[in-house]
Amino acid sequence: MNTLSLAARDSATMLRRNLLHARRYPSLTLNLLFTPIMLLLLFVFIFGDTMSAGIGGGDRSAYIAYIVPGLLLMTIGSTVVGTSVSVANDMAEGIIARFRTMAIHRGSVIVGHVVGSVVQSVASVVLVGAVAVAIGFRATDATLLEWFAAFGLLVLFATALTWIAVGLGLISPNAEAASNNAMPLILMPLLSSAFVPVEAMPGWIQPIAQYQPFTPAIETLRGLLLGSEIGDNGWLAVAWCVGLAVAGYIWSTARFNRDPR
Amino acid sequence: MTTPAIAANRLRKSYGDKAVLDGVDLTVAEGTVFSLLGPNGAGKTTTVKILSTLISPGPDSGEIRVAGHDLATDPQAVRAAIGVTGQFSAVDGLITGEENMLLMADLHHLPRREGRRVAADLLERFDLVAAAKKPASTYSGGMKRRLDIAMTLVGDPRIIFLDEPTTGLDPRSRHNMWQIIRGLVADGVTVFLTTQYLEEADQLADRIAVLNDGGIAAEGTAEELKRLIPGGHVRLRFTDPAAYRGAAAALGAAVRDEEALALNVPSDGGQRDLHSILDRLHAASVEADELTVHTPDLDDVFFALTGGGVPQQPQQSEQPTEAVR
Repeated sequence: MNTLSLAARDSATMLRRNLLHARRYPSLTLNLLFTPIMLLLLFVFIFGDTMSAGIGGGDRSAYIAYIVPGLLLMTIGSTVVGTSVSVANDMAEGIIARFRTMAIHRGSVIVGHVVGSVVQSVASVVLVGAVAVAIGFRATDATLLEWFAAFGLLVLFATALTWIAVGLGLISPNAEAASNNAMPLILMPLLSSAFVPVEAMPGWIQPIAQYQPFTPAIETLRGLLLGSEIGDNGWLAVAWCVGLAVAGYIWSTARFNRDPR
Repeated sequence: MTTPAIAANRLRKSYGDKAVLDGVDLTVAEGTVFSLLGPNGAGKTTTVKILSTLISPGPDSGEIRVAGHDLATDPQAVRAAIGVTGQFSAVDGLITGEENMLLMADLHHLPRREGRRVAADLLERFDLVAAAKKPASTYSGGMKRRLDIAMTLVGDPRIIFLDEPTTGLDPRSRHNMWQIIRGLVADGVTVFLTTQYLEEADQLADRIAVLNDGGIAAEGTAEELKRLIPGGHVRLRFTDPAAYRGAAAALGAAVRDEEALALNVPSDGGQRDLHSILDRLHAASVEADELTVHTPDLDDVFFALTGGGVPQQPQQSEQPTEAVR
C-alpha cells in the first residue's frame, strides 16, 4: 500500500474511533452547544428590543438576522473547545503510546481528531441554525451559490479553528488546562461584530474588533446569507482561515512528533 | 547463528543532566524470554520505550537493531515487527473491548472478515468474551491487562515488549499472565519482559539482566546469577533483646540485624547444619521466636547487586513477603 492510501486508511480508522467516542459520550458536545443556543435566546428574547433599536431600528426579527451569522461562528468556536479537551484527554491515554509504536501513518491520530471535530462543528452549526430558523431567522434571498459559499466558509472556519484547538489540546497537560487554554475561542466572538457593530464600540478597541478572525468571517457570512456588503471581508476571512489552519497544522504536527512526556 | 531479535549497543538516555541509561548493551536471541530486572527508577521503562520506538535514544547511543532493522533509520519496519504492552494500560477506555480489538485489526489493515475472526479468537483466548461488549474502562486490572495483550497480539508480532505486565495484579491474575507469556514463547515469539518481581524473572526468563543506576549490574541465566553471590543462611528472629544478644554470642559467625533483632547464620540449609545451630542455641539456653531457612534466590542477587548486603538493607524489612519464600 502506498503512503497516501495508508495515510487515508489510518486516518479514516482514527476518525471512526473519534466519532464513536462522540456518539457514545455526547454530553460534552451537547454542553458546548448550550452556550450559543442560550446566548441566541437571551439576546433575541431578553435584550432583543433594545439591541435592535441600537443597531438602527427595526423590530426583533431584524436583530435575529443580525445576530445569527455571528452565533453560527461562535458555535464553531464553542465546539472546538471540546476538541481541545478531548485531545488533551486522549493524549493522557495509554492507547496513544500504543499508536506511536505501531506501523501506522503517524499523523493519522491528529487527522482523525481534526476531521471528527469539523464534522461535529458542522453538525452543531446545523443544530443552532435550526433553532435560529425556529425563532424566525430567514435567509430566503440567498441564492443556491451563496448557500454553498456560506457552507464552505463555515467548514473552512471550522477547519482553521480546529487545528488551533488541537495544538492547544496537545500543549495542555489535562482536560481542565485544555478548557482554559481554549477559552479565548469562545470569548473572541464577544469582541467581534457578532452582537453589535464594530462602529458602536469604543474607538481604541475598534481596530482589534475589526481585524480579528471572527469579524471578517461574520461579515462575509452576513453578506452571503442576508445580502449585506462583504467588501474586503471575504478575502480577509479566507486569509485568516488558511493562515490559522496552516499555522495550527505545523504547530500541532511538530508537537505530536516530539517524544511524549 | 541467526540475527538476534534485539541488539542494542551503548544505549544512552538522559533527561536534563540526569543520565537514566548510561551505556546499556543488550542482546536478545530470537524465540527466548529476556527479563530486565531492576528496582523502581532503574531505567527499565525507558529501555522499553526506546527499543519500541516510543522515544528516541540519546544522541551518543550506539547502533540499535530490533528484528534486524535499524531503529534510527527504519523505525516503521521495527514497529511492524513488534508489539508493546506498556506499564500503563494502552486500551481505549471509552469504547468496548471488542471495539478495541477491531480498532487494532483496522490499524493492521486486516480485511474486515479476517479482522473480525482474529478479534473474536483473541477475545476467546483471553477469556474476555463475556465482557466484550462492555466499555474497557469498566474492566478490572487483570481484564484490562489481558485486553491490552490481546490487542498487542492482533498484528501477530514476532517480538513482544511487556513492561511490568503483572504489577498491580492479584496472584491469580499474575499466574494467568505467566501462562499467557509461556504460551507466547511456545509460539516462537521473542519476549522482552521487565519486572520488579524476582520470582517472575526466575519463572519465565531464559536470560536475566539486572539493571541498576542506568547500567547492567549482571547478566546471565537465573542459575548463573544465583551463583554470583554466596550461599544461603538460616535466619533467627527474636523478640527479647537479651535472648538476641545471648544467641549472637553463642553463634559467632552470624550476621547481625540489630533493628529486627535477627541473626543470619551462614548455612547450606541441611539437617546437620540446622542441628548444630539448634544445639548451640540450646546450650546457651536461648530460644528463637522464628526460624527460617533461606536458600539463595534471585532476591539475594538483586539486593547484593542493587546496593549493599542482604540483611542490613532496610528494604529487606519492608518486603518481608518477598524475602521469605
